[in-house]
Amino acid sequence: MMRLDFRLQTAYDSAIMSRKTSPSTSPAARLPKCPTGIKGLDEITDGGFPRGRPTLVCGSAGCGKTLLAAEFLVRGAVQFGEPGVLMCFEETEAELKANVASLGFDLAGLVRRRKLLVDHVRVERSEIQETGEYDLEGLFVRLNHAIDSIGARRVVLDTIEGLFAALPNEAVLRAELRRLFRWLKDKGVTAVITAERGRDQLTRKGLEEYVSDCVILLDHRVNERIATRHLRVVKYRGSLHGTNEFPFLIGDDGISVLPITSLGLNHAVSSERISSGIARLDAMLGGQGFFRGGSILLTGTPGTGKTSVAAYFAQAAARRGERALFFAFEESPNQIIRNMHSIGLRLEPWVKRGVLRFHAARPTLYGLEMHLATMFKEISAFQPTVVIVDPMTSLLAAGSESETRAMVTRLIDFLKAQQITSLFTSLTHEGSALQQSEIAISSLMDSWLLLQNIESDGERNRGLYVLKSRGMAHSNQIREFLISEQGIDLVDAYIGPGGMLVGAARAAQSAREKAAALASQQEAMRVRHTLERKHTAVERQIAALRSEYEAEAQEARRADGQASARTLVLTSDRAELGRLRQADAERAVSGREHTKRSEKRR
Amino acid sequence: MKARRAGRRESHLNDAPAKFWELRLYVAGQTPRSLAAFVNLKQICEGHLRGRYRIQVIDLVENPQLSKGDQILAIPTLVRKLPEPVRKIIGDLSDTTRVLVGLDLRPPLE
Repeated sequence: MMRLDFRLQTAYDSAIMSRKTSPSTSPAARLPKCPTGIKGLDEITDGGFPRGRPTLVCGSAGCGKTLLAAEFLVRGAVQFGEPGVLMCFEETEAELKANVASLGFDLAGLVRRRKLLVDHVRVERSEIQETGEYDLEGLFVRLNHAIDSIGARRVVLDTIEGLFAALPNEAVLRAELRRLFRWLKDKGVTAVITAERGRDQLTRKGLEEYVSDCVILLDHRVNERIATRHLRVVKYRGSLHGTNEFPFLIGDDGISVLPITSLGLNHAVSSERISSGIARLDAMLGGQGFFRGGSILLTGTPGTGKTSVAAYFAQAAARRGERALFFAFEESPNQIIRNMHSIGLRLEPWVKRGVLRFHAARPTLYGLEMHLATMFKEISAFQPTVVIVDPMTSLLAAGSESETRAMVTRLIDFLKAQQITSLFTSLTHEGSALQQSEIAISSLMDSWLLLQNIESDGERNRGLYVLKSRGMAHSNQIREFLISEQGIDLVDAYIGPGGMLVGAARAAQSAREKAAALASQQEAMRVRHTLERKHTAVERQIAALRSEYEAEAQEARRADGQASARTLVLTSDRAELGRLRQADAERAVSGREHTKRSEKRR
Repeated sequence: MKARRAGRRESHLNDAPAKFWELRLYVAGQTPRSLAAFVNLKQICEGHLRGRYRIQVIDLVENPQLSKGDQILAIPTLVRKLPEPVRKIIGDLSDTTRVLVGLDLRPPLE
């Protein structure tokens, strides 16, 4: 239910803001506004207080009414060239000057330059005797004179209820106040009237009856020993306004109201990619790393290396020649530097060179709003391109979960508007269902990395997943995350039927696979050898057969030769015989020829 | 509208004859209420303080810067500058008894 409310609020806020940013849809219909110049307030009120009308600011003692009113005047005089009159009924001029000087407002200087006029109205009840009918024309004359003497466009009546204590006749006073507000309207000045918070009504004396155009309620509450100021626009006739309670704070430079979404969702986006500082992680993120201006959530159980990843990211930014701002809520800067040294990361040169800055604070030092304001201020002063919050979850100690969420939303909006890439680490408890507490925050994040302890075979190892990364193809695989003296490395985890194998199991598996590979290699070699042997055998057989054949052929030739020799012998014998028997010559010739042929064959 | 009047000592309430009443009446233009206040004041002073008072009438419409000095809010306001302490009597001075108390001419009402 809480979460739903939060979402609704955010949706509502962004609706307002988007309306605001769409350049004046119907300028004629819009109420003219008088910008206050107070951070955030003009956004909530859609441009400022109603111009030329009175605005009522009510709240209990010490909630910043006078300060808000004074800032309205000072900013009007300094930023908008509108002189102002401050008529105070409680504090004297000197007191007031001293009080606002602490906020860096030079009231005295403005008074000297006739940009501001402070008029302290002191009324002592004991001095006054009432004798018949009267009115407050004296106040009117006085105010009119003050306004005219410096050409004031803004008027503040600080705690006009002081009059109720001074003047006995409340009926007259009420009638006169009604006339006063009417008169201020006719005069065309933008007025702020402060009033004490009443018990059952907004103001103790029911002034809200008279000032009906714009009513702002200030509140100072202590929640779990941490005080937070809130501002709410109770009513704003004829204008769109945020209806939520907005936290605000009083810093060194005045009031800042922090709307839940101060900017809406219309910031420029960059398609530039920046490295995470870990090559394998970049590879998992589509090969190029994160988007510039994106928000990254890094969740993990204790000891999974969140800070190390964050430090790598910071170092990568510093290496690119950019500035990185590291908000540390758990460790001191020196401790982080020392610890990172142990994994081969040297941060101190970057710190010395001024491109890396640490800002460490205990989360419980002050309320969330003050943290946020401090962060805003640090960021504005240092102008980083990378901001790291480590860990975001420890801020939960300074506020409730929904408040932290709201704060992170505002911080992300602020960072995105300035194209600052942000990395938030978040501590989760082991064994909890998948980061229930982060679900709401994660929807604000562009990338979500999860570091997890994987426990198996009697050891713990770290695994890293990319749960989501908007706008880029990213790896769906689990990588084993190794931290050594050489730094961070990601290695492929073995996924088998028995699940993921990491650490020693991965090493064993790796060895097993190596052995298997070796075995198959040997097997192949053996087969090859056998084949070779077979080949040799066959060759040998062939050679044997051939030699056998040769032998037989030789035998055949020999037999042939013997045969012909025998024939020759026979022929010669026969010739001899023929000669002896007186045979004819012709037969003797053919017998010679036959001998020649058999000679050739040999 | 300045008036100055000195008269015989005739006070029956005051046994400090050296006392002198310096009075300032603040008005804003000649409204019926301002005029009534002036008339009422004159009458009371003549009746009780003849010769021992001075009335200065200040019209804030003409001199608005003067409203600051005496911290004037209500109109009309009669400021008793003397005798000390300073008292402010607001209204058209139609309630004579209260005016006399304010001017220190009779003890406070119970």
